[in-house]
Amino acid sequence: MAAGMATPDAAPPHSDMIQFKQVSKRYPPGIDALSSVDFEIADGEFAVILGHSGAGKSTLLKLIAAIERPTGGVVLVNGQNVGALKRKAVPYLRRNLGLVFQDQKLLFDRSVFENAMLPLSIAGFPPREAAKRVRAALDKVGLLERERAMPIALSGGEQQRLAIARAVVNRPNLLIADEPTAHLDSETARDVAQIFRDFHQVGVGVVVATYDKTLFPEARRITLDHGRLS
Amino acid sequence: MVWLHQHRDALLLALRRLTATPVNTLLSLLAIGIALALPAGGQMLLANVLHLASGTAPSPQISLFMSLDAPRAATEEVGNRLKQNAEIKAARLVPREDTLARMRASEGLGDVIDILPKNPFPDAFVIDPKDDAPAAMEALAKELKKLPRVEHVQLDSAWVRRLDALLKLGRTGVAMLAVLLGVGLIAITFNTIRLQVLTQRAEIEVSRLLGATDAYIRRPFYYFGILQGMLGGVVAWAIVRLAAAWLAAPVGEIAQLYSIDFALAPLSQWDSLLLVALAAGLGGLGAMLSLRQYLGDA
Repeated sequence: MAAGMATPDAAPPHSDMIQFKQVSKRYPPGIDALSSVDFEIADGEFAVILGHSGAGKSTLLKLIAAIERPTGGVVLVNGQNVGALKRKAVPYLRRNLGLVFQDQKLLFDRSVFENAMLPLSIAGFPPREAAKRVRAALDKVGLLERERAMPIALSGGEQQRLAIARAVVNRPNLLIADEPTAHLDSETARDVAQIFRDFHQVGVGVVVATYDKTLFPEARRITLDHGRLS
Repeated sequence: MVWLHQHRDALLLALRRLTATPVNTLLSLLAIGIALALPAGGQMLLANVLHLASGTAPSPQISLFMSLDAPRAATEEVGNRLKQNAEIKAARLVPREDTLARMRASEGLGDVIDILPKNPFPDAFVIDPKDDAPAAMEALAKELKKLPRVEHVQLDSAWVRRLDALLKLGRTGVAMLAVLLGVGLIAITFNTIRLQVLTQRAEIEVSRLLGATDAYIRRPFYYFGILQGMLGGVVAWAIVRLAAAWLAAPVGEIAQLYSIDFALAPLSQWDSLLLVALAAGLGGLGAMLSLRQYLGDA
């Protein structure tokens, strides 16, 4: 679709969506967030990254989205070496990922609709087609009636759902979420978790970092302990 | 199409940011407007003076005076020589009797002249040179001075040259003002864009995370700078226009007192267009410098 992306037919048939090969990330002054991490996540797989606070879960997700670059090893996303991406190619990688951040990163001076619209404006979608997609995404997370509201008027769960709607509005093949239920009560957390399952059902690969082992019992588990797989 | 949509969105966003802080925007526009009104007003005055100078100043002439005791025959001889001179377009004789009559007719001088024992005025010629460049006129004057019985040759171009020098000074002054205050405009834009980048930090960060290119992020700031400059230019234009309207009555009064046919003309269309375009361009430049400094390539 966009320049700099590997085309689907260029990837092998049983391709891995994500591959980590001996990946390390060291922050100055010598703190190892990740050490020699090796794993693959297959196309359309549902994986949870588990581990205590500070185990390196967020760092791992940031490496996938090229927010951080590995200090050792190779990170492949859809067959593309993310760590070696040119600066100019990074935006196009991110447009094919759905990112849900720990602190949501909503824009509080824009309405629910405009927040969900942002990735499409960035990608340069024609407004009418974009509006349709935004409404579809808001509908999926149950926020369609709130499209004119400002984010400040939303509850914590609603804000998280808006963040998810914004992540999927581009129809990415991979949805990445960092602690999406961290600040939610258990009932709301289960609702939000169900949304991720729904997207997985329709073929979207999902990678969720969480400290909560009970949230996705059915998912593939990748457990980190002090920056190493355990 | 995509390209067009993105530019329209960026323009709308810039407009929204401009109107989101009306007081700040108004102050910036006033600062830019006043800064630009100075050179623009200077240009307007200069254009008017130029117009006035070209309208009322006669083409430069040379006055030639015979010696007082020169007989009429000598004067006629000089007149013939002048007619034959290829450098001279026209030469008009002013006989001493005519001068005396004219002076006697003028108020206050008549009595004085009546007391004088004899005509104090010499025969004279008023000469229109073919080439009125200062150097050529000077050369011609020197040549004419060698004619027999010629007492004095006077260049009437001195005041034209003085005016020319003054206008040159005025032009330089306006240019200096324009450069200085243009830099001021860049500085104003630089600062407002810096503040914009700071207040939009969250939006910039989120946009980057969602796959925005550098161009996408910079675009609304460019439009902001250009729009602000352009509107500032319009404010400057309005200020100059108002000042012209305000000055029109007193200037007209002075012109009447000096019996000059003159009305203060506002900035020409071309100058007005240039003013607004230049302001927009400088605003864009200020935005570019500010973005380079504060958006960085991180």
